[in-house]
This record gives sequence, C-alpha cells and structure tokens, in this order.
Amino acid sequence: MEFLTSLLNGLSSGGTYAIIAIGYTMVYGIAKMLNFAHGDIIMVGGYAMFSTLLLINQPVVALIFAIVFCMILGVCIERFAYRPLRGASPLAVLITAIGVSSLLQSLAQIIFGAAPKMPTRLQISGAIHIGSLAISYGTIVTLAVTVVLMVALTVFVKYSKVGRAMVAVSEDRGAAQLMGINTNAIIAITFAIGSALAAVAAYLMLMKAPSLTNTLGAMPGIKAFTAAVIGGIGSIPGAMLGGVLLGVIESLSLSIPVLAPFTDAIEFAILIVILLVKPAGLLGKTRREKV
Amino acid sequence: MNEEKIIAPAAHSDVVLKTEHLCIQFGGLRAVDDVNLEIKKGELYGLIGPNGAGKTTVFNLLTGVYKPTSGKIYLCGKEIAGKAPAEINRLGIARTFQNIRLFNSLTVLENVMVGLANQVSCNVVKSIFRLPRHRRSEKEMRDRALELLKVFQLDEYKDYLAANLPYGKQRKLEIARAMATNPKLLLLDEPAAGMNPSETQELMDDITFVRREFGITILLIEHDMRLVGGICENLTVLNFGTELAKGETAKVLADPAVVTAYLGE
Amino acid sequence: MSAIIAFFKKPFIRKYANYFIIALLTLVFGLLSATGSLKMGNQFLMEQIAIAVLLAVSLGMVVGFLGELSLGHAGFMCAGAFIGGKIAQMMVSAMGVSQNNILVLLVSLLVGGLTAALFGFIIGLPALRLRGDYLAIVTLAFGEIVRAVVMNLPDTMFGGTLGVETPRFDRKYFFVIALLMVLVCLAVTQNLMHSKHGRAIISIKDNEIAAKATGIDITRYKLFVFTISSFFAGVAGVLYSYTQSRVQSATFDYNYSIEILVMVVLGGMGSINGSMIAAALITFINVKLQTVLTGNLAVLQNVIYALILIAIVIYRNAPGLKGFREKYNSKTLLAWLKKKLGKGKVADAEATVVAAGVETVEKEEAKDE
Repeated sequence: MEFLTSLLNGLSSGGTYAIIAIGYTMVYGIAKMLNFAHGDIIMVGGYAMFSTLLLINQPVVALIFAIVFCMILGVCIERFAYRPLRGASPLAVLITAIGVSSLLQSLAQIIFGAAPKMPTRLQISGAIHIGSLAISYGTIVTLAVTVVLMVALTVFVKYSKVGRAMVAVSEDRGAAQLMGINTNAIIAITFAIGSALAAVAAYLMLMKAPSLTNTLGAMPGIKAFTAAVIGGIGSIPGAMLGGVLLGVIESLSLSIPVLAPFTDAIEFAILIVILLVKPAGLLGKTRREKV
Repeated sequence: MNEEKIIAPAAHSDVVLKTEHLCIQFGGLRAVDDVNLEIKKGELYGLIGPNGAGKTTVFNLLTGVYKPTSGKIYLCGKEIAGKAPAEINRLGIARTFQNIRLFNSLTVLENVMVGLANQVSCNVVKSIFRLPRHRRSEKEMRDRALELLKVFQLDEYKDYLAANLPYGKQRKLEIARAMATNPKLLLLDEPAAGMNPSETQELMDDITFVRREFGITILLIEHDMRLVGGICENLTVLNFGTELAKGETAKVLADPAVVTAYLGE
Repeated sequence: MSAIIAFFKKPFIRKYANYFIIALLTLVFGLLSATGSLKMGNQFLMEQIAIAVLLAVSLGMVVGFLGELSLGHAGFMCAGAFIGGKIAQMMVSAMGVSQNNILVLLVSLLVGGLTAALFGFIIGLPALRLRGDYLAIVTLAFGEIVRAVVMNLPDTMFGGTLGVETPRFDRKYFFVIALLMVLVCLAVTQNLMHSKHGRAIISIKDNEIAAKATGIDITRYKLFVFTISSFFAGVAGVLYSYTQSRVQSATFDYNYSIEILVMVVLGGMGSINGSMIAAALITFINVKLQTVLTGNLAVLQNVIYALILIAIVIYRNAPGLKGFREKYNSKTLLAWLKKKLGKGKVADAEATVVAAGVETVEKEEAKDE
C-alpha cells in the first residue's frame, strides 16, 4: 500500500516535471537551444500569482494572469537575448541563457526579498480515502491537468497549422523558411507555449507546498531538463515519458530510508547512465553531423 | 570474383588502396553498394558521379567517419575498415573536405603544424616542463610546416588566421595540412568546388606538382569534367551508390551509360 | 624607463610577462606581509583572488580551449576542499604537529588536487560521447552528485550539512602559497597551450571532424584537459578550505560553477590573461563591496553581472553585430584613447613623466590581481 501511495505521488510530481520538460524540449527542438532560464520562468509565474492574489483573491484569476505574464516574458527573452544570437555558437547561446536565469533570480529577490512568500490561497489540501489508500486532491488535480495538457498539446502539434509548422521548423529551419513559414514567429510561439506551461507548473507546485522563493524553479527546472534529456530532447512524448519516469524514481527513492538522502544524486546518476547508453535519450533521434 | 578473394591483397605490393564489396546502409537506403576500388601507387584516380551518387560517403567510409555495413578496405595490404578516423590518418590516409574544415582560430602555420603533430614525438610532460625535446620538436615542426607552405605558395600568409584567408587559399591550406600528416594516400573531396577557372587551373597545377614532388597517390572526387579529364588516369563512376563504369579516363568518359547518367535521357 | 620597456619587449620576457609580474607581486606582498605592514583584510583579498584565478584559469582550459561547457567546476572544487581539508585535519591530529605545518598543507593540496583530477577523469569519459548542451547538463549533474553525496554521507566522514572543520595556516604567508599555486597553474597552462598539445586541443574546439582526420587523438586530449583542469579546481578547493573555519557542501552548488564561468566569459574565452584579470577584478569588487552592499544592494550586483554577461556574449557572438564589432572594439578604443592621451601629453609633458611611473605600476597591478 505504501508502494502504491509513493507510486501515485511519483506520477503526480512526474506530471509536473513532464509539463516543465515539454517547455524545454519544444524550445530545444525548434530553436535548437537549451533555455537554461526556463526553470526561472516557473518562479516568475509563482510571483505573478502571488502578486495577483494580493489584489484579487481568486486563484483562477491569478493563474490566468501568471500564464499571460509568463508568455509575454518568454517572448521578450527570446526576442532580446536569444534572437540576436541565432546562428552563433551553441556555447554562446547557452551562456546567455545562464545569464538570463541569473538575472531573473536576482531581480525577483530585489523585488520580493529573500524571505519565502506563502500564497496559501493556492493550496489544495484534503484527500480521498479508498480503503487505507489516501489520494490527496493535489495529486488528483495534478494528474488531471497533466493528462489534459498532454492530450491538448499532442492534438495541437499534430493537427493545427501552427503545430505542423513547428514540426517543420524543428526538422529543417532553412527549408521551412523557404516554404513560407515565418520561423521567427514560430519560435516566438514556441517560447510562449513553453512559458505558459511553466506558469501552470508553478501553480501545481505551489498548490502542494505554498512556499515561494526566487529559486523555486531552479532545481525542478534542472530536474525537468534531465527528464527531457532522458526521454530524448526534442521529442514531446519523450519529455512526457522522461518526466513521469523521473517523478516515479524520485518518489520511490524518497520512500526508501537508506536511499532517501541520495535521491538527487540517484536521479542525476540515472541521467548520466542513460546518456552514456543512449546518447540521444530514450525516444530521441540521433542526428549525424554532415561531413 | 572468386579469384580475387583467393589472392591475398598484400600480394599486390604496388596497390595502395583496395576496397572489396564496400557497402553501407542508412536505414533502408544503400548509399554505397558493392564498390571495388583498386588504386596503384603514384596513381591519380578519379571518383565521379552525379549529385547524391555516394562519392563523399565512400570517402567517409575510407577515413573511418562511417563504418561499412559490409566489405573490406585495405591500405597497402592492411585491413582498415571500421578503425577510428585518427588511427586511419596515422596509418596513412589524409583527406580534405567538400565544405572546407580548417582550424579557424589557429594561424595558417599552426594549421599545418597540427598536421605534423604525429610526425614528431614529444609528450605532454616534456612540453609542460619545457625540456629540450620540446624545443627541438617545435623547431622541427615549424621548419617543416614552413617548407610545406612554400610548396603551396602560402608562406607569405603564415601568420594569418586560417579564417581570414581567401577561399582559394583555404582550399590549398587544407591540402597542405593533409600533406603534413605524411600520408600514403591523399583524398581530395571536390577541391575545385566554388573556384573560378583561373583558380581551378592553378589548383590543377598544384595537384600535379604535389604528385611529382611527393610521389603521392591521390583519389579525387570531382564534378568539373575538364579537371578530371585533364589529370586523372583512371576513373570510377558512381551512380546511386553503385559502380556504373570504371577504367581509363578517356574510355570511361566516352561510355554511353556515363553520358546518360550525367546528362539524363 | 625606456630600459624597462625594452626589457619587457624581449620575446622571451614578453611571453612570460604575466608570470614575472605575478612573481614580482607575490614577492613584494610577501615581504610586506612578513614585516607586518600588510593589513589582514588585504591578505584575505589576496587569498580569495588567488583561488578565483586558479578556478577561472582551469575552467578556461575546458571552456575556452577545448570548447566544451562544464557546469560542474564547483563540484571538483568541492571534492578537493573536502578531501584536502579532511586529510589536513587528520594529519594534524595524527602527527601531533601544529596547524602551521607546511608539509601538511602541501600534502593536502596534492591529495585534494589528485582526488579532483580523478573525478575530472571520470567526468571526461562521458565527454567522449556527448557534446555541447548534453555534456553541460551532465557536468552539472555530476557536480550536484558530488555535493549531494558529500552532504549525505554519515556525519563522521564529512560532517553532513554542518561540514568539516579545516585546519588553519599562518595568515601572513598563506596567500603567498596560494599565489605560488597560481604561478604553477599558469606555467602549466601556458606551456601546455603553447605546444603541439595546445594546438591539438584548440583544433578539437575549432573542428572536431577535421581534427580526427588530421590524426589528433581526441579521446586522449579530452580526458587530459578535463583531468588537469579538475586538478587545479581541486587545489583551489583545498586552498578555499584553509580560508574557512568549516567547509560546507552547500557552498559548491552549480551557481558557484556559473560564477566561475562568468569570469572566464568576461575575460574572453581562450585568453589566459583575460581569465586572470576578470577573476581578480570580480573578486576584488565582490570583496570590497561585501561590507558596503548588504541585502538587496548585494543582489543588485548580481543583476549587473548578469546584464554584463548577456551584453558581452551578444556583443562578441551575434552574427548581426559583425559590423558593429569591427567598428567598436578594444583596438579602436585603445587607438582612440592613445589619441586623446597623446594630445594631453603635449600640453603637460612634465606631469606625464611623473604620472607614467605611477600609472605603469598600477596597470601591472590591475593586470595581475
């Protein structure tokens, strides 16, 4: 029974990882860059919700505002920090992303201070009891939101015009451009979607534990990137798989007393092992450099 | 076919490169299918064919960038298929690339000196402690690199960054760097690509000169028929990864099948 | 004056000018400190600068020369700090020697460095199969693993979250040892990079496929660079442990690695002197401002660093700014300054002669620190 509980917890935190991981993977697939600042957009989303709640005490309004705010922020970051570097070395782009991440964290600390904020209004407590099994409402909401978003996103990418343009840009940017696709717009839309997902992730995280600091997104961001890489970066199903896998592993490791303190180390070790065995991740495609 | 297998490749002491039934498959596509090359010492051999015929893939197989799905490659009688690129270079195959690949943040001289790195021995410890061997080997590399640059008339550019050289000179520098590794066989991948007629002529002269000077065996991929007809003795024509024709240049170029492949029906 | 300039223009001296300047400064400050005329605060400053320079130069080898991004440099430092600090502590209690034992310090530096080097070798192995962003995330993961393991091992080993207590060394001379380590690191890095091995390493960065085709043993060089770079990170870690009463693994999170990376990038990737100057300058500013800026103002400093980092990377790399770069760069700036100064010189030649002496000393100091 304990196993079942931690499995459910794992699925729930895995869902959150998956939502963040999709943001990484879409940006990586389409803009071919690791957006190191993605985790910090989660944090910005958290503060956006916190600030809204000070004015209007409605979680739904707060969430919508956070989503819109993060989308605008994501597009601005892309426009001013990343777009000038399109065509430059990946190293330069990654370092810029690291700079953006550090910038967001420091700005948040200046504006909101270092003490954690407690938007308890977002919290959902209580649980359903099935026999001796207790499933918290938070877990149920997370799982539901995850499933709905995954399905919606898959349908969007597969069947909408913009979604198919995204696939085209990720396959071959040059060819997509020649086919009349506005690649800059597609990349901006990708950043907007990824950032919106980050805001949702912020909500899911604060719903379970309403404690908000400027590093809220840092570790989950890195973990989610790990998940995206495990699943095969650039692949949306891969990000889902990687996220859920990582969440379950994390939760199981936490439930075993001997392993619990080493959970982070175990997760990262799994990343390294998977990359060594399958350098492109579980569902990723290997790309050869043309000689 | 059977006879070829019985005779050990090492028996032909004058054969520098030999491939037997060389194949590579990418997914369902046979990019190179049953290619049998035989290049004798000192020969200038041409590998031609329409776009996408698999010429560069053959080069990538010969230099270890790809591992063949099946088939054998012998360099001077020694089996080299499947070995790593750096090892194949040390065994004696050097190449240039279709899209020039120089070390852009190094100078022209240093580019050639990288090629000479395996020609002198001086380990890391000796270099860090600046032992006499280090100074000697550096001097030797510098002198030999300068000599090579003179051969290719690049000595006046020796302190330029490779990235700042004009296009034609970059192509020459790539050949100089390849020659610095002291190869038995030099592979040139479309050396005249993107050159104007006078540059092409200069390049042809250079290739002939290098061949005379170093007595090197050359395998050349080329689109420019005049260049091929002008300097290659023998040719293999590839089409869709398979051999369409091979033999003496004049005969091959007159072959109706070759003409069709190039000009279409 | 002109004799001095002529001396520095000799090719041999020129090549090793940075080396001589640091050696000279080490000597001068060492003597000042020995006679007791150097303030405690300045000794601390020198120690911190030496550590930062070691970290920046060693990370610069991986990022600037080999062209791979490592985000785990603090992890190697962590390994060095804990193993070195622990060994020193054990030696002090086992041998019953005083804390100021130079042998203990040297042994701990060596052991800490070698441990970190071993870790570097291990992380070099995935570097053979992975590139770019993937490798960056693996090095980050590795650094976090080192930190998490150190923190969660039984308290008897590395003290858990409280960390491990480390020995002291006479403050008067410790920074001299630290600067000597910088000299060793500088000599190794510089001699290595100005040799066929250095060219091979740069060739891997420039074009890995061509480097392979030119017969360069990529495997060996990648492992070697990761190993030697981590060695000096480990040495820096041991030095760091000596400057703190306890070392705690929380210090060595990936933000620390990023701080080191900022120094390398600001100094100009692939420039040893640049890394040194940037590391010294940033540390100098940080230490000096630490007491002035508190709370939010201290964070403001991070905001400024982040903005400078983004601006510099975009300035140096943006394809669209090529024309701008050619028009405004350090060379044109220098030429402009010379022109301005040249005009001033004619006006008050006397003052310049006096000022020149001061100026060069200051310049050298700035260059070195």
